[in-house]
Amino acid sequence: MRLRSFRLVPVLAAVLLLLVPALAAAQDVSDSDIALNSTFVFFAAVLVLFMQAGFAMLEVGLSRMKNAGAVMGKILINVAIAFLMFWAVGFSLAFGTGNDFLGSSGWFLDNGNPATDFASLAYSATNFEVTYFFQVVFCAVSLAIVFGAMLDRTKFIGYVIFAIFFTGLIYPIVAHWTWGGGWLLQDGFQDFAGSSIVHLQGALAALAGALVLGPRIGKFRDGKAVPIPGHSIPLMILGVIILWVGWMGFNPGSFLNAIGVNFADVAVNTNLAACAGIIGATVSSLIMFRTLDVSQMGNGAIAALVGITAGCAFVEPWAAVVTGLIAGLIVPPLVVAIDKIKVDDPVGALPVHGMAGIWGTLAVGLFATEERATALAVGEGGLFYTGSGHQLWVQFYGVAATIGFTFTASLIVFLAIKYTVGLRVSEEHELRGLDISEHGMFGYPERFIDVPGGQPEDLPPAPAPAPAGTSTATDPAPAS
Amino acid sequence: MKKIEAFIRHEALEAIHDRLATMGLPSMSVTEVKGSGRQKGFTESYRGAKTTIFLRPKLKLEMVVDDADVDRAIDTILELAHTGEPGDGKIFILPVEESIRVRTGERGDVVLAPHPEEATA
Repeated sequence: MRLRSFRLVPVLAAVLLLLVPALAAAQDVSDSDIALNSTFVFFAAVLVLFMQAGFAMLEVGLSRMKNAGAVMGKILINVAIAFLMFWAVGFSLAFGTGNDFLGSSGWFLDNGNPATDFASLAYSATNFEVTYFFQVVFCAVSLAIVFGAMLDRTKFIGYVIFAIFFTGLIYPIVAHWTWGGGWLLQDGFQDFAGSSIVHLQGALAALAGALVLGPRIGKFRDGKAVPIPGHSIPLMILGVIILWVGWMGFNPGSFLNAIGVNFADVAVNTNLAACAGIIGATVSSLIMFRTLDVSQMGNGAIAALVGITAGCAFVEPWAAVVTGLIAGLIVPPLVVAIDKIKVDDPVGALPVHGMAGIWGTLAVGLFATEERATALAVGEGGLFYTGSGHQLWVQFYGVAATIGFTFTASLIVFLAIKYTVGLRVSEEHELRGLDISEHGMFGYPERFIDVPGGQPEDLPPAPAPAPAGTSTATDPAPAS
Repeated sequence: MKKIEAFIRHEALEAIHDRLATMGLPSMSVTEVKGSGRQKGFTESYRGAKTTIFLRPKLKLEMVVDDADVDRAIDTILELAHTGEPGDGKIFILPVEESIRVRTGERGDVVLAPHPEEATA
């Protein structure tokens, strides 16, 4: 009965919603099973929500001090729009029961029967709203990736409008193809936690945005990339580690169940990949640049986490290490390659979430074991085990379809914004920094202006003077 | 009255300040500056892009002293700021017309005199 009282907290309609899925899945699932599954998935969703703090720190660390406050405001408006749009329409488009390309039931979570309105989530023996919470924070992660490549030069209103279209339309449609029971799932496309669906999508929109925006002022001089160092590597790496922690919800939680699945095994794969990614990026940076670039080491960890996201439940630990190592190795050369084609990506979102996302999705087609694919009832074993390239081919056209749809749709939205309200701030605003020009306040005021209240070290002495003759406090002679 | 402008390395300041203070010359202003000279630039490498920074950080130490104190102040700076490598800095001496203490309005050499307690120390 604890389950039921827990459920009574929301509005009355929600009570009805709750009982129905519990009954539908009631054949062999007890109330305590549902409570345990829900608790696990809820905790995983909280970890994924915490990833917003990771993106905030990573992005602010790699931006300049004059834009630090604007990055924080952007993160907040991101989460707000993602939650509201996904609640209103996104969740229904992605997970509602519909056709092979989009869902069309359960708008505003207002439905009579979750078991039929969201049939694609019926395998999750949880309280229905928990699965919604878990999916909405995934959507917010995908959106956060988009704006990493657009730092330091984007109008606030541009973020707002794109976020509405991305979380209310673009992301849900691609999510439906696989996670909503659409055509890619029926073909056996394996993307367990979203290397393609979450990360590659975010990166594709980021690429479209960066292309429409153009590079930051001063990024390219005489055809060569000029370093525009971010203001805090410690904050950036704090962000990397927060994201890593968040991934402990992102991947293991994607079972949407705790009972009957081995989520700890997924956590092992995820951590192994992240560590291999750091090694890969470190070695690659040393070979390419002759330096141990700390920001690249952090990017390597994230790239590996992105890479293993698709395959974490499909592969053995050794394959997780290989997937992560290669994802880390490719980051430094790809950062340079993106500079070469004159695209300005301040945080490395394109290599880290895009190329590593593609690699990770394809890697499942190589390394998925038949046993695990059968257990998850999605697709078949990869080339390495079966000798058949079929799964790799499915992975390939799944990625190609995602690229085709998301890049095109994002490009259209960004161009529409550019030619209506404008996507990029004026040159003057960019030079002054978005903090003061867009928000009227600095992220680090004392760096730029005198703040009232005086300097702590420049006060006159306290009123009561020391008695005559006791002058030790002002005696500058060294003790020696 | 002369003004001494010395461009020195950051790490030389503390020893110079301590020594000058024991000599009764504690008054100085120090500014963080950037400059270029014979010392070469250094390379900043960030995410695979490289650039050479020619402006290196230095400290600019300014002090106004009585004519009689100029030589011993300079000798102190020369001794303690010297490493023998390019980048040790430079010293310039400028004439000063007048000096005025804000707190009392006093003018002239009295402004430069050591504080009473330091003179007797």
